[in-house]
Amino acid sequence: MARFSPENVQRVRDMMALYPRPRSAMIPVLHLAQEQDGYLTEEAMVHIGELFDITPAEVYGTASFYDMLFREPVGRHLISICTNVACMINGAYELVDHAEKTLGIMADTTTADGEFTLEEFECLALCDKAPCLTVNWRFFGPVTNQDFDRLVDDLRAGRLADDVPPHGTLCRVRRTVGLPAEVPFPGRVGDPMKKPVTDESSGEAAPGTTKPPVDKRTPGERVADGEQPAREGVVPQMDESAAAILHPEGTDTGPTAGGSRAGGGT
Amino acid sequence: MPVTDVQPIVTARLGLPESWTLKTYVDNGGYAALRKALSMSPGAIKDDMLSASLLGRGGAGFDAGKKWSMLAKGQPSYLVVNADESEPCTFKDHMLIEGDPHQLIEGTIICAYANGVTQAFIYVRGEFALGVERLTAAVNEAYDHGALGRDIFGSGFDLDLVVHYGAGAYIVGEETALLESLEGKRGFPRIKPPNFPAVAGLYGCPTVVNNVETLSYLPWIVLHGGSSFSQMGEGVSAGTRLFSLSGHVNRPGNYEFEWAKATFRDLIEHPRLGGGVRNGNQLKAIIPGGASSPWFGPDKLDMALQHDVVQKAGSMLGSGSVIVMDETTCAVRAAWRIVKFFHRESCGQCTPCREGSGWLEKIMMRIEQGSGREEDLELLLDVCDNISPDITWPPKQTTICVLGPSIPPAIATSLDMFRDEYLVHIKEGGCPFD
Repeated sequence: MARFSPENVQRVRDMMALYPRPRSAMIPVLHLAQEQDGYLTEEAMVHIGELFDITPAEVYGTASFYDMLFREPVGRHLISICTNVACMINGAYELVDHAEKTLGIMADTTTADGEFTLEEFECLALCDKAPCLTVNWRFFGPVTNQDFDRLVDDLRAGRLADDVPPHGTLCRVRRTVGLPAEVPFPGRVGDPMKKPVTDESSGEAAPGTTKPPVDKRTPGERVADGEQPAREGVVPQMDESAAAILHPEGTDTGPTAGGSRAGGGT
Repeated sequence: MPVTDVQPIVTARLGLPESWTLKTYVDNGGYAALRKALSMSPGAIKDDMLSASLLGRGGAGFDAGKKWSMLAKGQPSYLVVNADESEPCTFKDHMLIEGDPHQLIEGTIICAYANGVTQAFIYVRGEFALGVERLTAAVNEAYDHGALGRDIFGSGFDLDLVVHYGAGAYIVGEETALLESLEGKRGFPRIKPPNFPAVAGLYGCPTVVNNVETLSYLPWIVLHGGSSFSQMGEGVSAGTRLFSLSGHVNRPGNYEFEWAKATFRDLIEHPRLGGGVRNGNQLKAIIPGGASSPWFGPDKLDMALQHDVVQKAGSMLGSGSVIVMDETTCAVRAAWRIVKFFHRESCGQCTPCREGSGWLEKIMMRIEQGSGREEDLELLLDVCDNISPDITWPPKQTTICVLGPSIPPAIATSLDMFRDEYLVHIKEGGCPFD
């Protein structure tokens, strides 16, 4: 299997219907392809291109940016060992050495039986349990050499199947609720995501789901206090006071600087 | 509660049985703040936020209330929750997402209501599989509870909330890259101006972007009033704050306490916080605010954990992650690992960062492995200077975003503090710690 199954095509359409512009569903859909096939096959990327009405090259171009999307086969269990600072100073590289010996492979390769892929990874945000690792993004830590061997045995024997789904399955909980994402408005000029979405198409995009009908009110009318009128394709202007706050002189405290990429944009 | 007797806010429910479920949340006062907020005017909530003086907890440390007030008028507008926590050694949002997702959802709804937003997204780091599952389940529960969807709690306010997840890219934590990624593209940061999210964010529309911890304070602030929040702490360092403590301490973990009332020493040594450096070893250095921040030596131990104080001393609290390194740590190796991280995560748009990070990593590696030359030390600083002119703090930049300027601090400060150690690597042809 490589193109999406009919059931998964429906899931793709449901995901697309959640967003004002369907292209926003790209990453969740790429994950879905991995859930179906274990990794991103060429056929899946071609199919995604058809569903999003973009070229396969653009799908590939997007996918290749992200570390969790694999364009070649990986094992059923992807073991990612964090080697960033907090883990490194707590023995992460020694753990990688041990893992390589135990599995009989080098990092970034897969065992011959297709069970395990081992990779060195960046900070997994479990630094109080260093050294830590994830198996298919499920967390374990702190991990000693003995823990690692036991973990591998348990995974091989299927004893952790409830906790660790096969590689590619990220979220086992399905969204069961929600308004369809509202509204059509023209794309930005020059935006490759071009096509304005219409109410009709977003309505069609989710057949068979339990969503309520599309709200025909304009977004402005839906705001409780009703003070902001609906405007389409607005390019709002920044006033001077906003500009002054946005560019505090010589500081790093503006929203554009400091550690804002640190998992926080505040 | 150690240090001061102020009770924790965002971590109050963690540790309760099944703290991530609606039942536990509602049984412990959950969604009461939302009911109160919906009875207030959006403007009154914004005023409360301004008086709370809540500095954004994502890293940049910008006042969240002010950030809201900059949101350009215009519809549609969006709210995007930045849950893409990936600054090395920061693990607070991870805990909040898994442990108390409803608190985040309630904060998100209040923020949306205050800002007149009817469509919100939580962009969760893809690696947080359990977090994505718990948040998705919590959103399902919140809709069923009447807290999301149409006519929330009978107020007439509608909000749709989508749990979106990424696929592994540090740079996507930068807010404009986050929006780019949320539009389904490569996570390239946008040029600012003109692309300030408050003005031209998601799909070119006005967008509020707030961090997980920031929004998690909202229910408390609405219930108790903004001024009760700003009464805690000191000046701009108001309220309580979560610190992620990692490295060579006996009790690594996330600790929430009244901000600005504790020192680095308290955090590291207090028996109910860090519990001291492991094995009774000597402290060698602290990285006070994530991998991007300049390092401190033991001489700064008695400095208050306070936004402006740390800033003035030439570093930052950033995302609140304190990394402790003891005497067994090789400074060259630690700095190399940080540089390697930035090299790997550079998005590649800007030459100084894309190329510079690679060169720096190679030079650091050759020093660590014993093939360095004495001139390399100047060469390192020269490359750093190309990325961040004059290597000042706060840093200047030659790049679109601040990932590039985040590279020099680890090299420059470790070189400044441990120049002898670099020289030993070079003269003895290897790492003295091996």
